[in-house]
Amino acid sequence: MLANFASIDSLFYLAGLVAVIASLKVVTGNNTVHALLYLVVSLLAVAVCFYLMGAPFAAGLEVIVYAGAILVLFVFAVLMFGLGADETANAPQNKNVANMFGAMFLAFALLIEIVIIINNADLQQNLQANVIDSKAVGIMLYGPYLLAVEIASFLLLAGLLAGYHYAKPDVTRGPL
Amino acid sequence: MTSIPLFHVLILSSLLFVIGFIGVVARKNTLFMLMSLEVMLNAVGVAFIGAGSVWQQADGQVMFILILTLAAAEVAVGLALLIRMQKKYRSLDIDALNQMKG
Repeated sequence: MLANFASIDSLFYLAGLVAVIASLKVVTGNNTVHALLYLVVSLLAVAVCFYLMGAPFAAGLEVIVYAGAILVLFVFAVLMFGLGADETANAPQNKNVANMFGAMFLAFALLIEIVIIINNADLQQNLQANVIDSKAVGIMLYGPYLLAVEIASFLLLAGLLAGYHYAKPDVTRGPL
Repeated sequence: MTSIPLFHVLILSSLLFVIGFIGVVARKNTLFMLMSLEVMLNAVGVAFIGAGSVWQQADGQVMFILILTLAAAEVAVGLALLIRMQKKYRSLDIDALNQMKG
């Protein structure tokens, strides 16, 4: 019953719809933690879109680096801010789990989509036909784009130094 | 060539980009502005991957990896600045920064 409904197109549109809804909730949210939850869902939906467009390597990187590392950085920063009064004053004050249901519903839609993709042999064959594997990406990265990779490593080093410098405790009490 | 038309990929990408841009322009909370920047960078990644999959070239994914690096560095610097701002002004409101000296 799901087999005739499921094509690459319709799954892509569903994942895109999930990404747009989750991004709207990120932008319009009041509570920081709930907005971060929706941001994770948005990134996962975009990762499903990447997989359906024939880029499984980029989809894996999106889940690992974006949803795994960058969002954890956000969560740690929110913990350090301690959710000041200007954050929680506007948020609805009910303490139940009903706020999580929207993000859980969207993530559940993505999970169903992944299960459909894995269980459908025709879909897998169609996806395998036009995939760009990580080998081609690696050859490009260390061939024509070698200088860009070096510059990216310098950028990461600069980000590391700037992050350390700005976030370290101020001992001299001087100006910023 | 995938079965997803490039036009629809670009529509999704520009929708996400506009949502993120509205977030950057309209929100006063600096943390939400950083999150909206993430959404915008993601939208650009969608456009690159879609174009790379239509032309069957690996360049799109290479550009996506470079965007990923940029996003990681940007978030590190941005969050460190936000921690500094929270210490100095006890607030994440962007309007606390409208008075500069020097």
